[in-house]
Amino acid sequence: MQRLDPASRRDAYGGRINRAHSPWLATIVPWLSILLGSIVQTLPIASALPMLPPLGFAMLLGWRLVRPGLLPVWAGFPLGMFDDLFSGQPFGSAILLWSLAMLMIEIIEARVPWRGFAFDWLLGGAILAGYLLIGALASGAPLGTPALVAMGPQVVLSVLLFPLISRIVSTLDRVRLTRIRVLR
Amino acid sequence: MAPPDKRRSSYSRRAQYTLFTGYVLAGIGALVGAVLLGVSLWQPAAFTGPRGVARDAVEPIGQGGAIARTGGQGLFAAIGAYISAGSQNADLKRELEIARIRIAEADSLARENARLKALLGLRDSEARPVAITRFIGSTAASTRRFGYIGAGRDAGIEVGMPVRSARGVVGRVLETGESTSRVLLLTDRESVLPVRGARSDAAGFAEGRGDGSLRIRLVNLGINPLRKGDLIVTSGAGGYYAPGIAVAIVTSIADDGAFARMVSDPAATDLVAVQPIWQRTTVEAARTPVEEPIAGSDQADAAANNEGQ
Repeated sequence: MQRLDPASRRDAYGGRINRAHSPWLATIVPWLSILLGSIVQTLPIASALPMLPPLGFAMLLGWRLVRPGLLPVWAGFPLGMFDDLFSGQPFGSAILLWSLAMLMIEIIEARVPWRGFAFDWLLGGAILAGYLLIGALASGAPLGTPALVAMGPQVVLSVLLFPLISRIVSTLDRVRLTRIRVLR
Repeated sequence: MAPPDKRRSSYSRRAQYTLFTGYVLAGIGALVGAVLLGVSLWQPAAFTGPRGVARDAVEPIGQGGAIARTGGQGLFAAIGAYISAGSQNADLKRELEIARIRIAEADSLARENARLKALLGLRDSEARPVAITRFIGSTAASTRRFGYIGAGRDAGIEVGMPVRSARGVVGRVLETGESTSRVLLLTDRESVLPVRGARSDAAGFAEGRGDGSLRIRLVNLGINPLRKGDLIVTSGAGGYYAPGIAVAIVTSIADDGAFARMVSDPAATDLVAVQPIWQRTTVEAARTPVEEPIAGSDQADAAANNEGQ
């Protein structure tokens, strides 16, 4: 068998003999990647105007839409609380908006259970744009026309980056399910 | 991918309860978030403690990020200069720009000195910075403009202290953690800074517009003395910032002032100096209601004596 096709005992998640998924890794990767997204958005670029997409929220949407059923509905609460510590928005805005987004996707999923990536992109883009807009309204500072105009590039960038975020999530999903536990 | 059908949760009581609890928790989460958001809009300083602790924890990553960021900026500048006129060009341009700012600052300082001498012969003592530290990041995804610097209470930093780079004003300390602080950048929509034109002495306020530029509103409305390309410097009013620090360069003229670009772009800022509050008494006086005497003033001493008698 092996001489015929060495790859027959392997799949995308590694060798199948004597190996199994690690429950610990499978649980922690989605949560950790979203937390990292929240931290990373404050670090690499110090800009005079908002530019980066909200990376933590984009990762949450990515996990929720690419792997439905993995994150619990209440995941927006703890993850949003962590994001609020770094994002610069008033504390509580991410807790509220992330929880609402999770509930909203749950409702939409009940209506449209079978959907392709185009619909996921549309949904994710619309939620990201709405999140940025409501976030700006609830930022605790008066919102003027120039500030709204300045948000345009950020919204466009967030929507365009959603496929990339989905790819990152699916790569991480493969890492998550790699068989690294040795069975004895 | 079609979702696993978790909604139809079989006849298992446990599965049904888990699903139901999930929805209830998510709803409660949203409600708690709404309440917390209301509290922090009402009392913006309410969650300073947890934010400070969280920021202190990720500070080491931020320090590395700051080095990479400014290093990267230098790389792009060098590539750009090679294409146009050789790699030295970028450095020379930067030096020339800083020299120009310095000349304009010196001009305004000379003017300031002449005015002070004419008044009383007062002289500012040279204020030593409280700390010189790295600018470790900013809230790049939020519409609010906050920056983070790598020094906090342990370096003696207090809320309200001005932060400047080698080029000009960056912002003002808003919250302090143990080893990091949060800075309100000039371009935030809540930021207002008393300024004057370096050439024309027209006093006004620089407000952040939220899109990376500043709006200069003049106090005296009349003939607008500002011109395109003018340097705007701090006026010293309000007592936080020492006068004569470069703030912005006018890019276009408006009816009641001008639009201006920040001299010290946070993206190109690596090291910043935190300076002490320029006139502490003035700042405290502005916070004290009119009826009460200012702490440390003659009236306060007199009031204390009267109470003693």
